[in-house]
Amino acid sequence: MLVNAGAVGGALLAGLAVPDASSALSQQPAAVPPPPPVAPNDPTSVLGAPTSSAGERSPFELSARSPTGETAGSSLTPLQRLNGTVTPSDLHFERHHSGVPFIDPAKHALLVHGLTDRPLSFSVDDLQRFPQVTRTYFMECSGNGRASYRAPMPEMTAQRVAGLSSNTEWTGVPLRYLLDEAGVASSATWCLAEGADSCLMARSIPVDKLRDDALVVWAQNGEPLRPAQGYPMRLLLPGWEGNANVKWLRRLEFGTAPWMTRWETSKYTDPLQNGTARQFSFDQDAKSIVTSPSHPDVLAVQGWRPITGLAWSGRGPITRVEVSTDNGATWYDADFLTTPIAKAQVRFQYMWNWTGGEATLLSRATDSTGYIQPTRSALLAVRGLGTDFHFNHIVGWRVQADGRVFFHGLT
Amino acid sequence: MRRYVVERVARCVVITLGALAGLSACSVREDSVLGASNLRASAAGAPAAGLRFGIGMPADDARLAQWNVDAGPGGDALPAGSGTVAQGEAVYARGCLRCHGVGGEGMAGPPAYPRLVGRDSAGEGFRFANDPTLVKTIGNYWPHAYTLFDYIKRSMPHDLPRTLRDDEVYAVTAYLLHANALMPKDATLDAKSLRAVKMPYEDRFVRDDRTGGPVVR
Repeated sequence: MLVNAGAVGGALLAGLAVPDASSALSQQPAAVPPPPPVAPNDPTSVLGAPTSSAGERSPFELSARSPTGETAGSSLTPLQRLNGTVTPSDLHFERHHSGVPFIDPAKHALLVHGLTDRPLSFSVDDLQRFPQVTRTYFMECSGNGRASYRAPMPEMTAQRVAGLSSNTEWTGVPLRYLLDEAGVASSATWCLAEGADSCLMARSIPVDKLRDDALVVWAQNGEPLRPAQGYPMRLLLPGWEGNANVKWLRRLEFGTAPWMTRWETSKYTDPLQNGTARQFSFDQDAKSIVTSPSHPDVLAVQGWRPITGLAWSGRGPITRVEVSTDNGATWYDADFLTTPIAKAQVRFQYMWNWTGGEATLLSRATDSTGYIQPTRSALLAVRGLGTDFHFNHIVGWRVQADGRVFFHGLT
Repeated sequence: MRRYVVERVARCVVITLGALAGLSACSVREDSVLGASNLRASAAGAPAAGLRFGIGMPADDARLAQWNVDAGPGGDALPAGSGTVAQGEAVYARGCLRCHGVGGEGMAGPPAYPRLVGRDSAGEGFRFANDPTLVKTIGNYWPHAYTLFDYIKRSMPHDLPRTLRDDEVYAVTAYLLHANALMPKDATLDAKSLRAVKMPYEDRFVRDDRTGGPVVR
């Protein structure tokens, strides 16, 4: 009875895609649409379905990620199908480097050692005895948007343009409690955070961040972490690039210099126009994207509708989102649907009266530092076409007179 | 009109009822305009600052030894052992070639596994920002040679990680450095000689200079 939404994203296409997160979808031919569900004309005439142990989406809703089917692959959040600001846990994007490990929480532990007075081991139960906090933060892969930056194409969807970003209510323990518990030396300035996946993915993190707002979390949106998000525990570094938020966290080793792992040298470094490469570029710059209308929508009727989308910044709360309907010639302030909070997504809307002409819809975010989301041209000027991470340029949608909507990336 | 006014709300209500301290409550909401920590308020009933909860077990030495396999900052925890370029060629043929191709030249996808070797003139000069088609290889991009040992030991082969002995990891590291024209064919690699390898573009890596604010960097 369940309509397999995975078919939309490309489960049928596993093995045809390359593991690179951003270029993967360009390899995929159009998916075969699932057969339409058939519901009774009068649902009140038929006894409903019985109770069940876990809810499922209506077969009329086709929300699905877009898996590449690789163990070093990714699967993008369908931003165009979301409402509000919470990303459903099963639609949170995936990006991992050696597949999703299968972990028994009773056998999992977090070791804290190195420059510490007391090397300690924490079980999941141990962590849950500390004071807990619940915070909403976005998570974004710093490779998000690479394809739309380097080679924008009209047929790109919001999912493909920016779907390596999700927003979650996390619950966990402030890391500073663990640092105090182990007696981390004041001389410790860097920490190696290592996961329990088969590649032991590891990143060096400044201790200052761990003492500031970092968490070790075990829950998302009211339930234990999904395996693809780090079950049974992950590092949560609010506002920082996804890769540094080490999933399946099993080890924190303290020292006085970065380890220079593969993921902070060969990868997750940003070549610049001046012949250097930026390293440890943790902060995610302010960004926004209109998610409705977006490709492949077709506007069926003229008249009023909201232009709505999501905005976020790794440096603080979003303070302003502006929307343009004339390709940036004129900008209008959008409303927020909820109060923006630091380092979390916020949904914006601008009411628009479409009168049937051509229009180019853009959004532009400003954060609490005064940073204004730049155009693609502005980013190109400082970082070049070949820069490899952190793509937060303004993007939008071109509405044709016939109502069809296409991606507009050349801003 | 700017419809949103940044608000900074930091409220902590701690109700402590004398002997009933365990029933105290704390509510914290801090939407900092600077995005600073929102964890400043301590949980009600928690130990005073500087005191510990006493949670967690002493880390088991055996588990630490098993899990702590990294090469350390600057390669300062590289293990004992050694390997030659020639030995590494055999290790490569057995464990790496099926994905990374003959001589580290990579394989056409999908799935695509990265090319490891490349010192051709087109790829030299660190022009990666100008040309996204340039392939980053060990020789033309990686800033530190000891990262190779750390990565191969912890992660490779992709489907059989940590099946290579340390001598084999040194050997295949030597082979790949040789293939990138960074080590002579008759070389033997160990911890000391690996730490001494200077990669061609190490000095091109710079710290993040983005700070927020109005300037786009």
